[in-house]
Amino acid sequence: METTITETPQYGLEALEAPPLSLRQLVWLRFRRHKMALAGAVMLILLILYATVGALFFTEAYGNITDTSIRLQAPSAEHPFGTDVVGRDLLARTIYGGQISLMIGLTAVLIVIIVGVLVGAISGYYGGWIDGVLMRFAEAMFNIPTIPLLLVLSKMLSDKVPTIELLGREFSGSVVVITAVIGLTSWMGLARLVRANFLSLKEQEFVTAARSIGASNFSIIFAHILPNTVAPIIVSATLGVANAIISEAYVSFLGVGVMPPTATWGNMLNGAYKYLETAPWTWIFPGSLIVLTVLSINFVGDGLRDALDPRALVE
Amino acid sequence: MAPLLKVQDLTTRFRTLDGVVHAVNGISYVLEEGEALGIVGESGCGKSVSVLSVMGLIPEPPGEIIAGQVLYQGQDLLKLDDEQMEHIRGREIAMVFQDPMTSLNPVLTIGRQISEPLIVHLGMGQEEAHRWTVDLLEKVGIPQAADRYRDYPHQFSGGMRQRVMIAMALACAPSILIADEPTTALDVTIQAQIVELVKDLRDQLGMAVIWITHDLGVIAGLAERVIVMYAGFIVERGHVDDIYANPRHPYTLALLKSLPRVDRTSGEKLATIDGLPPDLLGLPPGCPFAPRCEYVVERCVQENPVLEPVGPNREVACWVDVTTRRE
Amino acid sequence: MTRYIIRRILQAIPLLFIISVMIFMLLRSSGDPIAVMGGRRTTRAEDRERLTRLLGLDQPMHIQYITWLIGNDWRLVDVDGDGIPETPGVRKGALRGDFGDSLMKRGVPALDIIVERLPNTIVLMIPAEIIILAVSLAIGIYSALKQYSLVDQLVTAGSFFGYSMPIFFIALASMYIFAVNFRKWGLPYLPTVGMFDPKVGKTASQVALHMVLPIFSMSVISISGYSRYIRSEMLEVISQDYIRTAYAKGLSERMVLVGHALKNAALPFVTLVGIDVPLLLGGAVVTETIFAWPGMGRLFIDHLGRNDTPVVMGILMMISIAVVFSQLLVDIVYAWLDPRIRYT
Repeated sequence: METTITETPQYGLEALEAPPLSLRQLVWLRFRRHKMALAGAVMLILLILYATVGALFFTEAYGNITDTSIRLQAPSAEHPFGTDVVGRDLLARTIYGGQISLMIGLTAVLIVIIVGVLVGAISGYYGGWIDGVLMRFAEAMFNIPTIPLLLVLSKMLSDKVPTIELLGREFSGSVVVITAVIGLTSWMGLARLVRANFLSLKEQEFVTAARSIGASNFSIIFAHILPNTVAPIIVSATLGVANAIISEAYVSFLGVGVMPPTATWGNMLNGAYKYLETAPWTWIFPGSLIVLTVLSINFVGDGLRDALDPRALVE
Repeated sequence: MAPLLKVQDLTTRFRTLDGVVHAVNGISYVLEEGEALGIVGESGCGKSVSVLSVMGLIPEPPGEIIAGQVLYQGQDLLKLDDEQMEHIRGREIAMVFQDPMTSLNPVLTIGRQISEPLIVHLGMGQEEAHRWTVDLLEKVGIPQAADRYRDYPHQFSGGMRQRVMIAMALACAPSILIADEPTTALDVTIQAQIVELVKDLRDQLGMAVIWITHDLGVIAGLAERVIVMYAGFIVERGHVDDIYANPRHPYTLALLKSLPRVDRTSGEKLATIDGLPPDLLGLPPGCPFAPRCEYVVERCVQENPVLEPVGPNREVACWVDVTTRRE
Repeated sequence: MTRYIIRRILQAIPLLFIISVMIFMLLRSSGDPIAVMGGRRTTRAEDRERLTRLLGLDQPMHIQYITWLIGNDWRLVDVDGDGIPETPGVRKGALRGDFGDSLMKRGVPALDIIVERLPNTIVLMIPAEIIILAVSLAIGIYSALKQYSLVDQLVTAGSFFGYSMPIFFIALASMYIFAVNFRKWGLPYLPTVGMFDPKVGKTASQVALHMVLPIFSMSVISISGYSRYIRSEMLEVISQDYIRTAYAKGLSERMVLVGHALKNAALPFVTLVGIDVPLLLGGAVVTETIFAWPGMGRLFIDHLGRNDTPVVMGILMMISIAVVFSQLLVDIVYAWLDPRIRYT
């Protein structure tokens, strides 16, 4: 028998020239494909720059100067966003207001993450009566409508916290109150999510393996299981910032949130409907800034959700 | 006598984000009345896509049947509009899918799901359809059929669910039953039962069967003829016994060699097929199996072999004669 | 199925208790009711003491909670401070609808004040909810079926905007356009304030006209969010294997959608209703304030500003109860629709 076989070229294996991508690179790649998410990210960066860099052009005091002789002036060269009902420059106020609104958003979400993850992890991991108690508590809070609750808590606590000074700025105590209150009323959704993830993950073999080598409960929770549920936490946190900003806006708009003179985009709109017709700039500018910020956060959150979707990562 | 089903040069492809996937590349075969045909191949070789194309169940945005004919009783199914195809599906040609848990609607009773084609295609009334359904359930071996009419899919075991799917497919006594890997998701013992069931039903009802699988063992008990597919091409076909006794295509040969056998001595390594499955995004000009083939020659890499007869009712697409290692 | 219903109801009861405890604790920590009642007049010491004992405010916390819950008119209270209970109490307890008397409108039970305004809120909320659900469903299903079409893309883009706007912005913008500017341009315009024009009277058409802008503002946000949700759920359902099986049986597109897809898509839709009801009720506060709609939400803000805790807590409690019941109802409907839950 004649053999005419030549060497079998290893086509299959050669095709794998590039090493497989790491998870982070894969996520970034897929995020990039999402044009809206990129646009959102760009817009967000611009807004953050507006609030931070803009502060270099105006001092906070400038934004608080009241001069009733120039009240409710339309946008002009000197006051590009116009003036409000007591003659304060709106542009400066939106810049500093932006700082507060964004800061409240981020800090509140931090609280949400800490509380939500702790409660969810402990509930999901230990189960039993702890789970029962925590979840009953979460459910009870979940059933009380958020905005009325926020209003009540805010009103009750606002005057109890003094003005604090941070980073060279003065914040009325209401900022702290609002941040804490929003954070403490928004954690339930995340807790439920984390708990569900823990319930399913703790049955998996890597947990049994970790236990068998004597890993403590603490380390199993935080070093083993938690890293596997990071994706939904990130998405939830991103969208939570948008939610926090809107919540603050609602509460401040109704007059029980952040108290003047500290400006936030929300409280700048307080009473704006009185000037609906006569001075639309008083509400159009702060309102639009809120919308743009929340919009860009939602875009980014949406893009992150798609990019981190575990089902699609199996491509 | 004209064949019941004649597939001619069927070509289907998919447009994806990463490029065009050539799932089915010009396959042709015939199916006679009452015949049992097996289509064998590994995952991704196009066997499912080819029968889905026959049924007209390829989703049109990403998918596209770009060439070929599917002649059923002389009519080209690819040229029919939606309404006409609806008369064929479930009535003349019926299909059973791989995973009975996801293929049955979880919120509808199985009785309702089986009665549906009876009511829609055969115009039966509710009561008559109900009786027929219970009858069908008994035929496929579901105990206490009358009671179980009102049960939901999640209340059945895997094997029972597949029987339900078979009952559903055979409700209108179709001429062709297409079974796409119906036993892959089941235990081995249940697999045997289902194969037996289909054989019995075929003897009773006389329908033709196309059975798709990647498991050569299953085919042996059921089919008369077999088609072996690879990368969207048919690489070999013939009678079952003939192919098993004398495989002529290197791929078929490798498949048979890789089957673990009870009569081999232990200590022998399981044979595998080297290399990776073909990338349907960019098929090379030559034979798609060339990168993994033991018998590859120069010509294989440049030219894709066509199916040529090598015996009575026997065709192979290969430049090399595996018995002599020459062509 | 009945067992499931009973189980759910039994679960709801402790939930209501926990909520009532939480609300009660809020109530007690929010200031001195005696001072609020007194207003600007300083009360005499004896009067204060008498009132304190009558209202049971000198009792330990858990006793106070029980009193709040079941009242004290069925037993005697020690009012004159001698240690011997002799006067019957005046509280009937929250379980019988007594949330205390309003501190703002002295002597008037909180419940009466709330109930007077309740119908106005319901009149606004129910049509709003129906519109939100119906339109979200329609848009969501249509977008799912015509995925990636122009309409779908526009709807998706629009949803993002609608979803990102705080309600007062939509309200202000719509007021600006439809009321103020329409009037300027001589077009028929929509009213922005109140429930009806006092000059015309409280007719059905007046109320309907005044409802347009508030309902519009509320709907935009919810519809934007929910239509996307329904769209993605519908897409999820359509991509399932059993839909392919339905087509393989030779059913037409309409039969597959109505008979097979819809019932599966109904499940997340029902969940949606469960999520929306509390949001709608809570959001009433903001909407009614902007549009000066005389409902429960506006009442809440007004009385919150004046520290009228009984009324505020009463509203909070009532809304929470409504939420708990709606969740209960939703769970029952869900179980009725999904046999997998029913039969486990």
